Amino acid sequence: MKLWNRLMCYCRRRSPWLFHMNSGSCNGCDIEIIASLTPRYDAEQLGVRLEGSPRHADILCVTGPVTHNAVEAIKTVYGQVYGPKAVIAIGSCPATTNVFIDSRTLAGPLNLHIPVDVFVPGCPPRPDAIILGVAKAAAILAARGNKPAAVASEPEVVGECAGNCTCCESNAKEVQA
Amino acid sequence: MNILITSLARLLIFPGLVFAVPAAWFFLWVERKAVARMQGRIGPPFMQPFYDFIKLVGKDTPQRTGASGMLMKAWPLIAVSAAAGAVGLLPVLPASGGFQGDLILLLALLEVPSMCIIAAGFSSRSIFGEIGSAREAVLSVSYNVVFLLAIISIAASQHTFRLDTLAQLPASPLRWLGIAAILVCLPAKLHLNPFSLPNAEQEIYSGPMTEYAGPELAMWELSHGLEWVAATGLVATLIAPQLTLWWVAALVFVALSFFIVLLLSVVASATARLQIDTTVRFYWQCTLIFAVLAVASALFMRLRA
Ligand code: SF4
Repeated sequence: MKLWNRLMCYCRRRSPWLFHMNSGSCNGCDIEIIASLTPRYDAEQLGVRLEGSPRHADILCVTGPVTHNAVEAIKTVYGQVYGPKAVIAIGSCPATTNVFIDSRTLAGPLNLHIPVDVFVPGCPPRPDAIILGVAKAAAILAARGNKPAAVASEPEVVGECAGNCTCCESNAKEVQA
Repeated sequence: MNILITSLARLLIFPGLVFAVPAAWFFLWVERKAVARMQGRIGPPFMQPFYDFIKLVGKDTPQRTGASGMLMKAWPLIAVSAAAGAVGLLPVLPASGGFQGDLILLLALLEVPSMCIIAAGFSSRSIFGEIGSAREAVLSVSYNVVFLLAIISIAASQHTFRLDTLAQLPASPLRWLGIAAILVCLPAKLHLNPFSLPNAEQEIYSGPMTEYAGPELAMWELSHGLEWVAATGLVATLIAPQLTLWWVAALVFVALSFFIVLLLSVVASATARLQIDTTVRFYWQCTLIFAVLAVASALFMRLRA
């Protein structure tokens, strides 16, 4: 039994299947998700597969700032993914609503509606950051094992924008200058 | 008694279940790896289909109630057992009577998984499942005519419906024609590009599989792999030269199947999905003529003989 559990954890870590959901994104993050599957980044080496149906997926990748229209859809799709499951918020939009903050059409950020395990900030994040996020989420799935902990205790933040970098500030200065 | 033991060993060990399940995973890996290499990627690790299978088995099982729920649970199991039975029938080792190598039973068993897929899509009541099932039904009506005619022409030209006898007879030019026709049908049978219409991902979600999850989906993956083994094994038996040493025969069988998988995957990654009407027209107009010619010449040869 113990051996079986260990095998199961290992296999969960090695075979993350994704379902990609757009909640009003500008399409930037969606393109980067696809880019992480292309020859240059080749996420399939980690066993990643982009699935057509949420029923097949282990990891739900949400992009976009969560518009009012998308809220119910996100909850439905989250319910359609069978456990054990994890959620990745890709881009700065689902994490903070980004540049669209205070818009009256938004109901974001995402973690008001479903529990998020990994945030991958960036506008859009680089494909390597997305792959890192997927690997983190797969590790979380494996660590949780057969205990279905619905709510993630402490969401992880990965990628270049996760640190205290000053890229945005220096960009802003460049634009002003 | 002896016959019973050998046929049990065939059904369970080689080319039956103990060989067929790892072979199914291996062929699924070869397919994904070949597509990845063709696209300039590195592709999944060797054990990937195994990891996927175990992971799917460990996921939550969908709650299904009522008669249609029971049916939905049953379809993948029927598909897996039929495909495994088809693999067990392949006369890789020198045969000794019984069901071994019966061509008609083999064809019937090969047809069962695709029937199960059609039924599964309709009983899932998902709109995408129904579209996928309708496509699979249309597709199987079109390619099966060619597939069966090709096999009939091979069998009729060599006066036998037993696969083991067919494998021992020297190949006639007509048999190569038939094998070519079978190879044209295999992408449609295995849902590969350019005929991957029933499970067209991103277009109709996952087709008939849309509502399946967890262990049931694992069974579907396994049955797809077993279909690979059975279908390529059928062609490999027809091509393989007759060898007396049993282990050489087994090795040649595996190597030939491997090359057929490679060929089909390379074709799949080099082509794009066709429309359903183009596909049906392709099978009815181009290939059917070819198959009818093959049968006619087989019958003619037989009359003259
Ligand atoms: S994070 Fe940036 S790129 Fe991604 S959806 Fe939002 S605005 Fe677009």
